[in-house]
Amino acid sequence: MLAAIGVDSLDDLIGDIPVEHRHPSLNLERGLSEQELTEVFSRIASENASSSNGYISFLGAGAYDHYIPSTVKSILQRGEFVTAYTPYQPEAAQGTLQVGFEFQTAICQLTGMEVANAGMYDGPTAFAEACLMAARITRRTKVGVLNTTDSRLPDTLAAYSRYQGIEIVEIESGATSIPDDLACVGIQSPNFFGVIEDVERLTNLAHDSGALSVVHVNPTALGMFRAPGEFGVDIVTAEGQPLGVPMAFGGPYVGLFACKKSHIRQMPGRIIGRTTDTEGRVGYALTLQTREQHIRRERATSNICTSTQLIGLMVTAYVATLGKQGIKDTANLCYQKAHYAASEINKLDGFSVSSEGTFFHEFVVTCPKNPTAINAELLKQKIIGGLDVTDRSENGMLICVTETSSKDDIDQLVSALSAIGGAA
Amino acid sequence: MTVQEIQSNQMDRRLLMDRSVPGRKAFTVPGSDVPAQELPDNSLLRDDVDLPEVSQLEVIRYFSNLSQLNFSIDTNFYPLGSCTMKYNPKINDELANLPGLANIHPLQPDETAQGAIRMLKSLQDELGEITGLPGVSLAPLAGAQGEYAGLLVARAYHELNNDSERTVAIIPDSAHGTNPASAAMAGLEVVTVRSDAHGNVDVDNLRELADERTSVFMLTIPSTLGLFEPNILEITKIIHDAGGLVYADGANLNALLGLVKLGDLGVDICHSNLHKTFSTPHGGGGPGSGPVMVSAELAKFLPKPVAIETDNGFELSTPENSIGVINGFHGSFSIAARAYAYIRALGLEGLKSVSENAIIGANYIQAKLRDKYDLAADRYCMHETVLSATRQKKRGVSGLDIAKRLLDFGIHAPTMYFPLIIEEALMVEPTESESKETLDHFIAVMRQIDEEIDASPEQVLEAPHHLPVTRLDEATAARKPVLNWGDAQ
Repeated sequence: MLAAIGVDSLDDLIGDIPVEHRHPSLNLERGLSEQELTEVFSRIASENASSSNGYISFLGAGAYDHYIPSTVKSILQRGEFVTAYTPYQPEAAQGTLQVGFEFQTAICQLTGMEVANAGMYDGPTAFAEACLMAARITRRTKVGVLNTTDSRLPDTLAAYSRYQGIEIVEIESGATSIPDDLACVGIQSPNFFGVIEDVERLTNLAHDSGALSVVHVNPTALGMFRAPGEFGVDIVTAEGQPLGVPMAFGGPYVGLFACKKSHIRQMPGRIIGRTTDTEGRVGYALTLQTREQHIRRERATSNICTSTQLIGLMVTAYVATLGKQGIKDTANLCYQKAHYAASEINKLDGFSVSSEGTFFHEFVVTCPKNPTAINAELLKQKIIGGLDVTDRSENGMLICVTETSSKDDIDQLVSALSAIGGAA
Repeated sequence: MTVQEIQSNQMDRRLLMDRSVPGRKAFTVPGSDVPAQELPDNSLLRDDVDLPEVSQLEVIRYFSNLSQLNFSIDTNFYPLGSCTMKYNPKINDELANLPGLANIHPLQPDETAQGAIRMLKSLQDELGEITGLPGVSLAPLAGAQGEYAGLLVARAYHELNNDSERTVAIIPDSAHGTNPASAAMAGLEVVTVRSDAHGNVDVDNLRELADERTSVFMLTIPSTLGLFEPNILEITKIIHDAGGLVYADGANLNALLGLVKLGDLGVDICHSNLHKTFSTPHGGGGPGSGPVMVSAELAKFLPKPVAIETDNGFELSTPENSIGVINGFHGSFSIAARAYAYIRALGLEGLKSVSENAIIGANYIQAKLRDKYDLAADRYCMHETVLSATRQKKRGVSGLDIAKRLLDFGIHAPTMYFPLIIEEALMVEPTESESKETLDHFIAVMRQIDEEIDASPEQVLEAPHHLPVTRLDEATAARKPVLNWGDAQ
């Protein structure tokens, strides 16, 4: 091919690279065969504690262990989905586009909202972008965030809004009045402590002062709890991970993002629409692209350039597989097991469940001593305990139980805590 | 008709909700093994969620059939410029899905995730070595987030130097849209520097623009024209002399592996798209991963977390003056695992051959098409070549028409109308994965399309002819949005 190009060597093609910096020395190891690589990774995997080497875990706080059906894994094997790119040529990407339309449909059905986009990076970035969107819509610069949210939500918002002239104001979850100049009230429900918030009351409070309501939900909980769309919420966001996506040490996940139709032109992210071709057949294409960075550049609604489509496919396949009954049954099973665990732990001397109200997935236990010390004891029995949240609730441990925890697992935790509590 | 055409043209396109039959199930949730718990007050509960009820076979057949409506790297040549659509080795997916990697929780104690954190540390070191910028955070979830994180680092650096009046980002007119969008998010005023007649940064214009307000200069290397900036050393000196920092958009890093280190050229900050250069799957539009690499001096500003090695093993740490969190957890971990596998499999020699072959492939296409198609710049290119369909446009056919006609031959279209400064741009990036036979086929098809413009123009103007749909009415889609099943009723 060099002869066809008309050069003798590669260096004739890269003459623009300063010669003194060309071909630098690189300190990298030799290449590995597939078999050697597999050995390297087996070792890496074995150095982590997970269910595959006998650990049970009670961590949640934004990432949840749920059963992933075989259909999801099978569909994810299809190279036609996995190795395609953003559907800029819709004629050659109808598969990706129709899946995206199904994804938007599933998110609207779950949240009760009118429109959803094709996906954001993850839950916290979706929440941050929702608050910025509320600021654009209301032309206000103060964003209220409830004091019961996961700190990753306001922290990510702070990173996204640092140079946008946005002020973040903390709002008590029981507040009966709020400042009258807020762009929105950001609510997490279930909140960081697992408790269902009074979204209806808080939304009305926001609307009374011309603010929008932004609600960050747990999508699994939507299988049984009333949808935010019923309460007049303006923007709904969520971490999509619980819907069929492995925890994978934190990512990749997908952010869910839905809003009222009237706000759609301020929505960030990719949106897929239905249309027809020149012969009148139904087809799908990216739409409302004039909001986006590749057209509007520095005046875009966001710099985002992805819809995290493959994770969206996992969510779509998960929702399709579970269907109407499975979503409901999964939520109920999570509820039953978490409440069973809470009631058993609450019986132990020195431990008490401090989450008030209705909780889902997780709850805070006040421990007789520092939760990190307790977790160190639990770890000796191959139990990864709940998250130490003592910075927000003294000696608090946030314990999460999903449908993947068996009664035996829960009982094992309870008896381990009992022994530790007795020794304390 | 081929089997594939039968599959794709005959597919029943009804949505899942239209296939739903009450009572059908694809999955059974197990019964509860704990004593029944009291349910919350009814006022908190909802009725059924209106979701599809279909059988498991229907789920599998529906998604399998949909997948066949796609072009993909696994099934088609996909020379989409700037996107680096190289082969994604299957072993990488398999390794990333090992239960010991897929089933670990992001908040579990560092001591229970030593393998994971060790791997992240190794990948950081490798990316630092490849780019010559040793401070690395894998936190950014995509290229655009890596850009934004890099700009926050630049701002934090100037602020720590009590130099917070630096609020201008200088960006070439050839830049990708995320550059100005990220700069705007970072509160920077965007000032555009021109490209000269050869497609390079206009150095005189840059010298006029660089001053005490310059925070950062964002340069894509190689440029979006597929060209290596010959004045790079002068450019980085101009910016540094003005007190600014140089940001390299690493979207096109696939051209540089082992050939040059960005840090050696005076670059202070860059990001890399693992889904491009390091072969992690594009997924139909994400997930991406956009690690940010910085000079040793800037490492203390990196977003958290950064994996480090201590006497007690491996830890996820927060740098001293960190810009903080930019998303939920630690970045796209299982994407990082794939990139790590890719680098380990190739090793030093393999990585070098990646860029060499990518560059030779692009120049081969350019050499074989230049008599029929104009070039954006008449010189050797790096890993991609930007053609301009201006001659074809005069004969009545646009770059878009050519792109659509390529689809009829089972070849994905190049990137169209980008960079914006080139008329009728068709950006072709073959990647190192493709054989000479594939490149020759592409060249032959491009030449045939050029002939069709005169012989049978409707073949081109009405293309594609053999796909599941013809051209779509995108104007109506935007004017009367139908965005979910409910809208479609």
